[in-house]
Amino acid sequence: MMSVPEKQQIVLSGLGGQGILFITRLLAEAAIYRGYRTLTSETHGMAQRGGVVVSHLKAGDFSSPLVRPGMADILILLHRDNLIQQGHYLRPGGDLIVNSPSSPGTIESFWMDADAAAREIHQKRSANLILAGFAVSVLKNNARPFFCGADDIRAILSRKLSGKNNLLASALAAFDFGVRYGERKTR
Amino acid sequence: MSSVDIIFPTGLSYSFFISNLGAKKDFFMNTRLLLIGNEAIARGLVENGCAMALSYPGTPASEILPAVAKWRNELNLCMHVRWALNEKIAFETAYAGSIAGLRTAVSMKQVGLNVASDPFMSAAYMGVKGGFIVISADDPGPHSSQTEQDSRMMAMFAKVPVLDPCNAEQARDFIALAYELSEAYEVPVMLRPTTRICHGGQDIELREIKAPLRSAVLKRDPARWAATPKFRYALHKSLNEKLSAIAAHAPTRPRLLNPGIKTSRAIVASGVAFAHAVEIAADSGIIENAAVWQVIQPFPLHTDFMENLLAEYTDILVIEESAPVIEMQLAAGHMVKGRMNGHIPQAGELLPEIIEDAMKRFCGLSSKPRPQVPATGGKRPCLCAGCSHRASFFAIKKTFPDAIYTSDIGCYTLGLNLGAIDTVLCMGASISQASGFYQAFKLGGTQKDIVATIGDSTFFHSGAAALMDAVVQDSRFILVVLDNSTTAMTGNQPTPASGLDACGNAVPELSIEDIVKGCKVEFCRVGDPYDLPGFIDLLKEAHSHTKDMGVAVVIARYPCLVDKKSNGALHERIDMYVSDLCNGCGYCIKQFECPAIEHDAPSGKAVINAEACSGCAICAHVCPQGAIKKVGE
Ligand code: SF4
Ligand code: SF4
Repeated sequence: MMSVPEKQQIVLSGLGGQGILFITRLLAEAAIYRGYRTLTSETHGMAQRGGVVVSHLKAGDFSSPLVRPGMADILILLHRDNLIQQGHYLRPGGDLIVNSPSSPGTIESFWMDADAAAREIHQKRSANLILAGFAVSVLKNNARPFFCGADDIRAILSRKLSGKNNLLASALAAFDFGVRYGERKTR
Repeated sequence: MSSVDIIFPTGLSYSFFISNLGAKKDFFMNTRLLLIGNEAIARGLVENGCAMALSYPGTPASEILPAVAKWRNELNLCMHVRWALNEKIAFETAYAGSIAGLRTAVSMKQVGLNVASDPFMSAAYMGVKGGFIVISADDPGPHSSQTEQDSRMMAMFAKVPVLDPCNAEQARDFIALAYELSEAYEVPVMLRPTTRICHGGQDIELREIKAPLRSAVLKRDPARWAATPKFRYALHKSLNEKLSAIAAHAPTRPRLLNPGIKTSRAIVASGVAFAHAVEIAADSGIIENAAVWQVIQPFPLHTDFMENLLAEYTDILVIEESAPVIEMQLAAGHMVKGRMNGHIPQAGELLPEIIEDAMKRFCGLSSKPRPQVPATGGKRPCLCAGCSHRASFFAIKKTFPDAIYTSDIGCYTLGLNLGAIDTVLCMGASISQASGFYQAFKLGGTQKDIVATIGDSTFFHSGAAALMDAVVQDSRFILVVLDNSTTAMTGNQPTPASGLDACGNAVPELSIEDIVKGCKVEFCRVGDPYDLPGFIDLLKEAHSHTKDMGVAVVIARYPCLVDKKSNGALHERIDMYVSDLCNGCGYCIKQFECPAIEHDAPSGKAVINAEACSGCAICAHVCPQGAIKKVGE
């Protein structure tokens, strides 16, 4: 059995409309499924109209719903421009996952062009799920691995989208695309 | 598998303390559900026999009512769950249910309570029969509001007890506490969540839903329910007596995180600030050198708690959002540190890092330097690609470049980016401000062009009354009702014109045209903003009417593109491209700001991002060179 962290703090960010909220809840439900006490913080309102959206996710024994600067174990960015504003959340040695057509430079990261991938699989709104799959797979063998595995996420997706077979099939396809891409990248 | 809890020397796990408060701890897989605070509040209502729930949408409170409606529908509960026209009406309707002995609730955002403040103040005097909870959600920051006002101050002003939960689970649990308190003392009780509670998710164990049991009974008592000023004096005295008793009410007494600690320092926190403080206290070791108290009822503060606090500790730090409600009641000058003497910032959200610094300073610990938070920037929000509001604003600006533009609260506030808005005050003010500007300029003998813009939901909320007033004041301006047949900004709730209630049942529907005509407005025409030239002609007609007649109303009607429930007809999608005629002037990007029109750095020209484009084809009318064209043209 893979070792799991006792607790993990994740910050996710993107632009309104990119589906940050969906993957935040997906990961949060996976955390609960794995038996973690779970706290999240979401952005609603005006920012959802294309502005900067930030979610916090804390799995394990926490009481505050917010991650303090410099304390995020993982930072997941659906838009590379968010790095300027959200980069400060990452702890030294933390992992950065970015949707970007090229290496975001300045700092070491796992990056992939999830938008191009979304076009490739003809699901233009699925960059969020692709990047989630990518994150889970590239962090699998980390010293402090991701708190859950791809199968946990698949299980939650199946539960969330039960009865909506077409939606579920495309969501799983997008997620698995990201997983496979991540496996190739880390091999 | 279960998470490993840190056990403190006192034998207390902090997540256990904070979220369970006596309930049994249970880590079985899948028995806990992720709920955001608003859903947790809704769950509290249905678990405690609430019979009537009313609301008006507003961030951060919008998701409470839909969650109540969901559980009501699932279990077919006998409950009245409705969006009201505005918060005042929502309040009065729910309050009537309470007078008739039912458990009821009204929810709104903090500025909504301003609208409902009239009945709120009076209801405090008259009291309640069935439990009555006023849920007023604050927005420190502010993230999506006009002000950072603290609803607890309103509770204090009205003399109503208020509970301040620190997370979603407490918010759910406090509903039971609030109903008991409300019924024991016959007072309205406020529950005050903040954005981080409302939109914070947590794994929560659900309890059983209880169907409302009581039926309505109205015991006639006009001396109370229609009290004249003479009786109000007596009611005020009895309210004061209730408050002194509530200041000793055991179930809402402050709770100590680390009992048994010997120290002269106390940290007193409430709301989400307490949740932050607990984690920081544990990380930094402060938990072993300061007593950490959670105040769950910031007003009225428990009398014995205040006395003991000031007797037992010499140094007290108060951490609360957003106003110094606890601090003011402690009124002990030099011993108490908080917002009133600069130990806690006086504006803005209390982020955990701000609290960490304040707690460490208070305990004489040094703070490690931490990564600098960049000044705000990044992409600003804007109207969706293809939003009809963009077309309306563009037409208004083009037709009346020198007009005064008054506007209102909703997605269309983003018309600010397009330079088509001069003022935004509060719900409904676009119309009264237009009227006021007309009268102000008239005094100097000039008639300014004035265009007011208001959304359909906001028009119903408080615009219609302002329109009646503008007509009888003989004010002259153009009112454009941006009618997208939904309350878009807050998540597409129905409006009174939708013919559907919060539970999805058919109800009578109102018509904006009928209301406008009923207000004796002679010029009232409906236009389609997607037909930009036709819409501009309509605006010009409206203008000639206002010149010497009165208010002219143009209803710009086109459905919101993100409204999944919309049954309005959408135009067919038209693919667009930017031709060689583009000279890179940037006019479309600056003046029209469609997120699908991008600046292509290599060529310096505009390009259309086909994935983002909705195919509305309005941009065809925007480019001064005529470079934006329909594919195939
Ligand atoms: S949500 Fe609807 S009303 Fe709001 S900007 Fe988008 S299309 Fe326009
Ligand atoms: S047609 Fe033009 S204005 Fe409409 S969404 Fe596409 S790019 Fe934007």
